[in-house]
Amino acid sequence: MADDARTQEFVEYVQSGGQVESTDWMPDEYRKRLIKFIEMHANSELMGVLPERDWILRAPTLQRKLALTAKIQDEVGHAQLIYRVIEDLGKPREACLDDLIAGRTKFHNVFHYPTRSWGDVGVIAWLVDAAAIVSQKALLKTSYAPYARIMKRVCWEESFHILHGRDVVLAMVNGTEGQRELVQEALDRWWEPLMMFHGTPVPAADDPMYYWRIKSQANEEARQEFLDGYVDQILELGLAIPDPKLRRDASGTWVYTEPDWEKLMAVVSGHGPASAERIAFRALSRAEVDWVSRVVLAEAA
Amino acid sequence: MPDLVFEVFRQERNGRPFEHAGSIRAPDEQAAEVYAREFYDRRHESIRLWLVPRSAIHAIEDFPDEFDTSYRRVDGYSLKGRLREARERARALDSAPGGEAA
Repeated sequence: MADDARTQEFVEYVQSGGQVESTDWMPDEYRKRLIKFIEMHANSELMGVLPERDWILRAPTLQRKLALTAKIQDEVGHAQLIYRVIEDLGKPREACLDDLIAGRTKFHNVFHYPTRSWGDVGVIAWLVDAAAIVSQKALLKTSYAPYARIMKRVCWEESFHILHGRDVVLAMVNGTEGQRELVQEALDRWWEPLMMFHGTPVPAADDPMYYWRIKSQANEEARQEFLDGYVDQILELGLAIPDPKLRRDASGTWVYTEPDWEKLMAVVSGHGPASAERIAFRALSRAEVDWVSRVVLAEAA
Repeated sequence: MPDLVFEVFRQERNGRPFEHAGSIRAPDEQAAEVYAREFYDRRHESIRLWLVPRSAIHAIEDFPDEFDTSYRRVDGYSLKGRLREARERARALDSAPGGEAA
């Protein structure tokens, strides 16, 4: 069969809900898009632990310290599982880590920001993870089956993170005025990145990731789902959302202040407030643990 | 780096089937075991793990179906139409002269 016809058949297959295994034939374009998308996800899991890592030593109680450490361990575990999926598509993990450190590949916008207080830890674990789980649940329906299977496991573990985050936030809003203030300040800082998290409102029809059914929903659909699920949960705690335009219109669709999409592009391309510091730290820790892999590999050889 | 890929299968409870969980890359079996425990039993959610070198898997992916073998399967039998006909016949027999109703 000519490649064009074969590709056409493949597109029809994935667009009608078909799933692809790593050993199946796939168009080069699909493989390239898959690697790019999944690599950004894996990078985000790995980079996402850095803002939280800063708080392990400063966690307020032993229980919180253990829970936070467990969450961080989960996220690194997710990174490893997801990099494995990419390896089967042809790109080794070492190459992914090299590209991440060199700034050739991206990670999610929310991990380019600093954390200022324990309130940030609660808001990240609750709302950043909530936004992430909206995307990850949609990925259970991705056309690439090995990725979908790993997402099942990832989603299962993420549900504990959201609970942990909400618990941290509840403890603080039930605490002193100062503690409640820390949560509000954190929310004020994180709202904009949260609204940017699902990306520009590009229609599904114009989104190549949707064309190949790597993604199963449009960006705006994910953002609306996040707002549907969490705005009321935030407001019921007496917290204020820093967007005077935020409301549901007559059709039930959320209206909000349009985020600055150029700013989002700048942040994810390595120009966020903490981008340079995070990438430098990742490079440092990679260099520092390099001897471990050399010892393990030498023993195995 | 020695490039061994192990497929991981996990059993959740006694008596349940093993299910494919994912794969790991490790330089040897010992390291593979450490990774498998780390990635697939952090919450003690498995009672057994099987690590199978990918190279040991003999995969079969083509299933030619030259003959209609639907007679081997439940979906090869459609009783609905035949049953309706049989019931109608039985009713006709009942109401016919010489039938029980007569």
